[in-house]
Amino acid sequence: MIEALGIWVAAGLTLAIMSFLYGDNPIYKFAEHLYVGYSAGYWLIYTWHFTIKLMVIQPIAEKQPGAIFLVIPLFFGVLMLTRWFPRIAWISRWSIAFTVGIGAGLTLTGAIHGYIIPQVKATILPLWTGNGFSSFNNLVIVIGVLTTLIYFFFSRPHTGVLGKTSKVGILFIMIAFGASFGYTVMARISLLIGRLDFLWSSILKLVHFF
Amino acid sequence: MILFILFSTITVKAFDTPNDGGGSITIKAYNVPETVKKALVYRKTEGDTTYTLAGVMSILSYRYVDADSTIKNGKPYYYRVDFYFPDTVISVVSDSPGIAYAQWYDKSKTSSLIFLIVFSTLVLVFIQLAKKDPEGLYIRKIPALDAIDEAVGRSTELGKPTFFVHGLLGITDAGTLAALTILRRVAKKVAEYDTPILVTNFDPIVMTASQETVKQAYTEAGRPDAYNEKNIIYLTYEQFGYTAGVDGLMVREKPGAIFLQGYFFAESLILAETGHSVGAIQIAGTTAKEQLPFFVAACDYVLIGEEMLAASSYIGREPVMLGSVKGADWGKAFLMGIIGIGVVLGTVGAILQSAGNGALMNVFEKILAFF
Repeated sequence: MIEALGIWVAAGLTLAIMSFLYGDNPIYKFAEHLYVGYSAGYWLIYTWHFTIKLMVIQPIAEKQPGAIFLVIPLFFGVLMLTRWFPRIAWISRWSIAFTVGIGAGLTLTGAIHGYIIPQVKATILPLWTGNGFSSFNNLVIVIGVLTTLIYFFFSRPHTGVLGKTSKVGILFIMIAFGASFGYTVMARISLLIGRLDFLWSSILKLVHFF
Repeated sequence: MILFILFSTITVKAFDTPNDGGGSITIKAYNVPETVKKALVYRKTEGDTTYTLAGVMSILSYRYVDADSTIKNGKPYYYRVDFYFPDTVISVVSDSPGIAYAQWYDKSKTSSLIFLIVFSTLVLVFIQLAKKDPEGLYIRKIPALDAIDEAVGRSTELGKPTFFVHGLLGITDAGTLAALTILRRVAKKVAEYDTPILVTNFDPIVMTASQETVKQAYTEAGRPDAYNEKNIIYLTYEQFGYTAGVDGLMVREKPGAIFLQGYFFAESLILAETGHSVGAIQIAGTTAKEQLPFFVAACDYVLIGEEMLAASSYIGREPVMLGSVKGADWGKAFLMGIIGIGVVLGTVGAILQSAGNGALMNVFEKILAFF
């Protein structure tokens, strides 16, 4: 019985959200508010249980090795609460500055090692491989990467040779976008089929139940 | 006898896994016949009388990395590998114990260090130059940023609010930081035109930063009294809950202009389509390359990837920002130079190799391996 009720609720809420295709309506509004409200509550509990309790309170209470260092994030976390007091609200900026600084540092090294170097390595290709098709393929990759990089030159006016090559670059970008668009739409259709299949199997289950 | 000679050539070495933070030993087998079906790795420490199973060695690479949580740095571990053949099992003990150490320097990331030094130097040099002569640095036109005034102006004429929708990543994301710079420009215009603004946030820290940004923009526009903190709202930390919330607000408030700025995921098209359906002028910006096609299809203007990051310099025209953009451009030129040299070397190497001389191709492959 509880399982059937769960299916009813899930299928009903799916239809309520899908009713947005018709336009804004009270059923959608109800589902939307329920979704936003429950998810906000869920993340509050999740953060308390898996971040504050599990990663801060528990290690300190159990005097785990290295737990003393948790005082640093705890301190910056408490500083965020100063926003409630307008006179000292500016102190909360320290926490934001700390977070941004750490994030920028990590992103910089991550971007070089994870994106830039693999891209450079993948573009250094011989333009002659002994096979016409693969040689042409390599040529397209090299021209595509170089012209796209030129499109993202900001400190020079895009005129003359630079302007023409950047136009070739934007052409490559748009072709890539087209391919990506088609690929993602296929994936979304698959998601839609999955949801419709859920609704259909739910109906069959309910028919069987009654 | 033949089998004994064959198997006696197998050797096993245990050594510290290079370029790691310790706590790991690599076990490698050499001269293993192809007929081996499976290989099990056993471990023991000093004082143990028996070996215990550590894991299964790959019979493709004949390599196993023992990163068990019990491995301690500086302590010797002894390994035995059992090779399973169709009709027999051969046990080979490592010729010396493996000892794990933590390395201070990861040699595999030397290329990253070189790139980092080059990029940082270029950016710092151009920041110094920009401080001396800020007028001398040029930033090309970015149409999506020029359209901000047009979008806010249209909203004002229609008597509708302006929406600023943040992406789904936190304050540490470069795209989110760029979005805050764009928000400052939008909020300043909104304050000047006396149009309502609504900023939706996925992340509570970003919401805090947005409040600071909008407040500062209103102050700069000479209208601090018009700032209302309640217009910068937090919805939820759940992807589609956030999407449903923003969509609901869009269809009810019917904004005249919508700015979708930051890092978006699968919700990008849902948001952009809803914005389009209410007739708003939309300016999107994201560094998420998978989502850019959707914004290109459904929005009026799009800041593509790095254009969004360059927006800070375009809007602010501060020497530090201008210098960093110029430095980044030279960084790109540096990359293009490396690619160009590599391609020429590889092409000539391939031609020479086809003529029987593989020396240059070997150099090319060594250079690639360095990266």
